[in-house]
Amino acid sequence: MSALLPPARRVWWKEPLDRVELAWILIAFAWSAILFFMMPYWHVFGKQNLSNEAYRISAEEFTKRTQTMVDKYTVRTETDEKIPVVHPPEGSDVYLIARLWQWWPLLELENGKSYRLHLSALDYQHGFSLQPSNINLQVVPGYEMVITVTPNQAGSYSIVCNEYCGIGHHKMVSRLYVK
Amino acid sequence: MSQNETTDADDEPIPVMQQILDNPFLLLFIGITVPTVFYIVWGVMEIVTIPVAK
Amino acid sequence: MNDSRNFRIDTPTGLQYHRDAELLIKANAFFGVVFLLIGGVLALLVSLTRWPSVHLLPADWFYLTLTAHGLDMLVFWIIFFEIAVLYFCSSTLLRCRLATPRIAWLGFALMLIGAVTTNVAIFRGDSSVMMTSYVPMGAHPSFYLGLILFAVGALIGCFVFLGTLVVAKNDKTYEGSLPLVTFGALTASIIAIFTIASGAIILIPTFLWSIGYIHQIDPLMYRTIWWAFGHSSQQINVAAHVSVWYAIAAIVFGAKPMSEKVSRTAFLLYIAFLQLASAHHLLSDPGLSSEWKIFNTSYFMYFAVLASMVHGLTVPGAIEVAQRKKGYTKGLYEWLRRAPWSNPVFSGMFISLIGFGFLGGISGVMMGTEQLNMIIHNTIYVPGHFHATVVIGTTLAFMSLTYFLIPSLFRREVWLPGVAKWQPYVFGFGMYAFALVMMGAGTLGVPRRHWDMSFAGTALPHEFPGSAYLMMGLVGISGVLAVIGGGMYILVTVGSLLFGRKVESSTFAQKGTPIPRAPVAATIGGHHGGAGFAAPGTFTLAIVFLVAFVLYYFINWKYLSTVWGIS
Repeated sequence: MSALLPPARRVWWKEPLDRVELAWILIAFAWSAILFFMMPYWHVFGKQNLSNEAYRISAEEFTKRTQTMVDKYTVRTETDEKIPVVHPPEGSDVYLIARLWQWWPLLELENGKSYRLHLSALDYQHGFSLQPSNINLQVVPGYEMVITVTPNQAGSYSIVCNEYCGIGHHKMVSRLYVK
Repeated sequence: MSQNETTDADDEPIPVMQQILDNPFLLLFIGITVPTVFYIVWGVMEIVTIPVAK
Repeated sequence: MNDSRNFRIDTPTGLQYHRDAELLIKANAFFGVVFLLIGGVLALLVSLTRWPSVHLLPADWFYLTLTAHGLDMLVFWIIFFEIAVLYFCSSTLLRCRLATPRIAWLGFALMLIGAVTTNVAIFRGDSSVMMTSYVPMGAHPSFYLGLILFAVGALIGCFVFLGTLVVAKNDKTYEGSLPLVTFGALTASIIAIFTIASGAIILIPTFLWSIGYIHQIDPLMYRTIWWAFGHSSQQINVAAHVSVWYAIAAIVFGAKPMSEKVSRTAFLLYIAFLQLASAHHLLSDPGLSSEWKIFNTSYFMYFAVLASMVHGLTVPGAIEVAQRKKGYTKGLYEWLRRAPWSNPVFSGMFISLIGFGFLGGISGVMMGTEQLNMIIHNTIYVPGHFHATVVIGTTLAFMSLTYFLIPSLFRREVWLPGVAKWQPYVFGFGMYAFALVMMGAGTLGVPRRHWDMSFAGTALPHEFPGSAYLMMGLVGISGVLAVIGGGMYILVTVGSLLFGRKVESSTFAQKGTPIPRAPVAATIGGHHGGAGFAAPGTFTLAIVFLVAFVLYYFINWKYLSTVWGIS
């Protein structure tokens, strides 16, 4: 029962390594270096990176900015609640509110064009989950995350909330259209 | 192998790395300091320096 | 009590139990299993609710149940058992008295009161905030208070462990360095101290906030510090169950570490870097820079992954070396084929090791990659991953150890040995399937902590593909299978205490006998040497692991490259 007992030799640090161990350590070290390298590599050459652009913002201020966008660019409303569908111009600032238990408003973007998407929550934490692409971001109240998104396929997407936000969490789902 | 017998004498100095690994409280210090500095302090500093929306 | 019965020597194993330590190990292990039982019943309810065609519980009960399941399993069961492991690895393995037994009992009492308090808060129905209890969603103050009491109690346990190491050193009950298993337990306790302190640091203000004393808790700050508790507590588990693997390899095979230097250095990498991985949960958060994310999520250049890969080789490697010495030398794998597969101590440990590496390890590195996290964050892939690490890795390893402790510590023969023999297979393979299909469903976008993936009654429902429903159905089925395996464990352990035949093979002594110094002869002619290639079978298995790892990792990058541009 040797691992349960103190090492037999007083000085065990100088015991030689078996080649199995040595070879595996070298392989594992090289692989770890590759794993590490991939992240900065993707920042330079990949097209899917979070921008790190973030601000503190109050719920009122974020609502106000969203409302301004909605007033300008609403093209129609949908559902019984008459949720506005917003079609903002390319390159503009697009706001999306997460709140109990709704994403607001509905967004309509154009394929291949870029938008500055602002995400924030008004109350609890929420999870932005774009389906079926499966892009998932944390939405935190008091903070605004800004990312530039470029849709690459037209169609009707869903936005699911995937951070537990109370009893209506599973009803928090919305659409996003790409033309 | 006879060489090992002689190197295991009681008067042989313990290598530095073995001394570190044999010192629980030094290890405790490392185990608290590294994550506190790199994860907590650095992380909290980044959060408090997030600018207010213009 | 008679002082001459201070130490009990278990004859078959030669282990020496100090009386206070023995009682504390028993009490902690026992209540660990009690919370495992509660958590297991809840697991069944959660599984049956997420199984779309069963959908058992109503929404409010589902969220309540899930909150309790998370805390009872991830915190209460595991940390109770870990405290038992810490006392075993210090007092028992070092054959010394436990430091400050009264304070250890105080810690135990705080843990128990805390765990009960939090459970009561949850079952009252006003604290369904999930294990993470992200502010500003609030729970009842007693929810946080219970966790704080539990944390303080566990912290006391860690310091009793450290104190016991000092006692052993002062009383000279051993010579030289700590046994490797104790060193692994030390690693776990160091990580635990950081972890539990972080938990207290964030939960105390949150408690004050819940009673209205503090006005606001910053949600991002909460997430950052809470995860230093929430994630690192799973890193305690890793260090603890790796130690248990080494212990079982020693118990079953008499295996000695291939190299003390390598295994201990790997534990040192855990001590320094494992806890940084708390950043895994914040990779898709606003406001934290990519530099912070990359540095922390990679445990500073994946040094802790390196350490895990090393343990993953050296544990089976040590077994292979021991088996080859016994003459199982045919081919690459005779040592493994001829291993005692009907002994649950071994089979559980080996199923734990393979599942932890292939399912938990590979998925963990994938999702802990800054950019790749975006394609799984908060999906059910995440619980798929941590059921592979914490349930297959930790819980199954602890279960295997229990089969050894029942005769040695509880002095009972294992009741229903036939059930015990199959238990690791039912539980382990049930969990393999469970983790796999959860990851499959997460890849298809199914959210975690979600009552209704059909979004019934919403104006703009999302329609998940049929394959996602199939996966979630399989989640339900395999979840039930795993719960049956867990039930078998409870049946055997509790049954052994109640009905198992008493083992009367102990002698008593007033003092422990110090661990004799290994004879010089035993240190010479060891199986390891610079020129050998002692464990070729293990090496080939490791290469298979590496290939699976590389393929899966780059498949995910490939998928990421096809989604929307994000910058």
